[in-house]
Amino acid sequence: MNASPVLLDVRDLKVHLRVGPVLVKAIDGVDFQVRHGECVGIVGESGSGKSTMARAVTRLMPNVAIGELSGRLTFDGRDILGMPDAELRRLRRGRGFSMIFQDPLGYLNPTQRIGRQIGEALARDAGAGADQARIRTLLDEVGLPDPANIARRYPHELSGGQRQRVMIAIALASDPQLLFADEPTTALDATVQLQVLQTLYRLHRERNMAMAIITHDLGVVAELCDRVYVMRAGKVVESAETVTLFENPAHDYSRRLIELSTRRHTRGAGA
Amino acid sequence: MLRFIGRRALYAIPLLLVIVVLMFSMLHLIPGDPVQALVGDYPVPPAYRQAIEEKYRLNDPFLVQVGNYLANVVQGDFGFSYQNQRTVLSLILERAPRTILLAAVSFGLAIPLGMLIGIACGTTRHPGVDKFWTTTALIAYAIPTFWLGQLFVMFFALKLGWFPTQGIGPMVSRTQGFAWVLERIRYLALPVMAFGIHEGMRIARIMRASVIDTLSQGYIVTARAKGLGRGQIIRSHVLRNSSLPLVTIAGYAFGHALGGAVLLETVFTWPGLGLLLVDAIRLRDNMTVVGVVIFSAIAVVVMNLVVDLLYAMLDPRIRTMR
Repeated sequence: MNASPVLLDVRDLKVHLRVGPVLVKAIDGVDFQVRHGECVGIVGESGSGKSTMARAVTRLMPNVAIGELSGRLTFDGRDILGMPDAELRRLRRGRGFSMIFQDPLGYLNPTQRIGRQIGEALARDAGAGADQARIRTLLDEVGLPDPANIARRYPHELSGGQRQRVMIAIALASDPQLLFADEPTTALDATVQLQVLQTLYRLHRERNMAMAIITHDLGVVAELCDRVYVMRAGKVVESAETVTLFENPAHDYSRRLIELSTRRHTRGAGA
Repeated sequence: MLRFIGRRALYAIPLLLVIVVLMFSMLHLIPGDPVQALVGDYPVPPAYRQAIEEKYRLNDPFLVQVGNYLANVVQGDFGFSYQNQRTVLSLILERAPRTILLAAVSFGLAIPLGMLIGIACGTTRHPGVDKFWTTTALIAYAIPTFWLGQLFVMFFALKLGWFPTQGIGPMVSRTQGFAWVLERIRYLALPVMAFGIHEGMRIARIMRASVIDTLSQGYIVTARAKGLGRGQIIRSHVLRNSSLPLVTIAGYAFGHALGGAVLLETVFTWPGLGLLLVDAIRLRDNMTVVGVVIFSAIAVVVMNLVVDLLYAMLDPRIRTMR
């Protein structure tokens, strides 16, 4: 696993946000790597900077209130932070990186049919007929039954799990080398969570697609990830192979997270 | 969809009935004597008064009068205007197209203008552009249309002589074809400018707020993540979604405008429903007043129905609700 070359390389990333007169150091000097075909977990409590990091790395930060954004950020050897918008768009459209979000209802346009929202993410090289076929293939690939029917529907007509699968289909449309998943199952029912995670894992293996999963749930990490970064207050406090982290956590904070998560899971099983 | 329309239309019927009764009752409560108004500033001979009161059944009990009126309105008979010596319906039918023309042309310009300014303000990366248009829109919206109209008349009509000062043009026009259209436009220009700027700025303000709200939505982040360009995001994700509040407010305002813009029509002596209403009130032409108000009420109710339908067309969530 470690033999494969580094796909995403983040060095000394700093994201400082201006909140009124205060400068909040949301990300304060983070190093972070994802190799080709690898699945990496980023864990931490809410407010630890996990999502901000994903947004910064994928250049999806809101344009407001950024005090400082610095560091060295390369994807496939190309500089991301200084990349011109047009080139960045090309990268997002083909063989680059995609992202899925915690709240699929809010991140899908309520007034457009699913098919159109997926079609928009496809590279514009095929005709409309071919597009329809590709949309259906994608919906089928993320495990949605009756893709032709789903493509005609609106987001509010689907269940939470179906919507998240649609988000995944949109993310896959550009055939990305790296998929960021920001709390992909937090908003879903427990049973649906597992199914969506299994689908993500299957896609990761089948497509040999690298994944970075952001979560506060160590259970998710244990199931899916090869390596883990533990974040706290804008810094990475520990990074290790998943097995190493669970068996022998180096940092106090990681140990507490693991303890809490095991306790919760045992209690959940007993109830 | 058809059931949706049908139900909405049914809701409107009791509303309109209440409006008819209410209007009729209010006119009865206002002091003043219709017979005196008919005669003018002379004493009314008792025999004449009796004849008029019998002819128009002015001494019937109030409830009988309301009942008769309601029955007539339902049959399309809005009564007789004894000031104009014509049926109220024929008056309304003559005046309404002029008011509708003024309102339609004004809104036809105001909506695209307001949307353009609103979108430009909401999406611009230069704070100066936003500030300039926000301030301009606020000032323009704060100016009353009748005053703006008078300024336009003073400047464009009296000083520069580009446009006529008032009216809708000669009753019998000697021009034809394109020249005729041009003549209409010259008469329409000033009232449309005054009305259109006012409504356009209102729309711009709503559109701006709505665009800013839409841009903060999650699906805009998704669209960016898809690698869509700025223009593409605005066209396919911002435009439609931020038009929803606009439909409600512009539709409602348009419904109001169809009932006649009283002040604007007075300033430009535009012989539409607004002017008819003012004249009718002045001359105590009760039947005409009630008729115009009922027509306005119908216009507002119908426009609300249209707004509901447009809303359902634009937002699929409304369609599946209920």
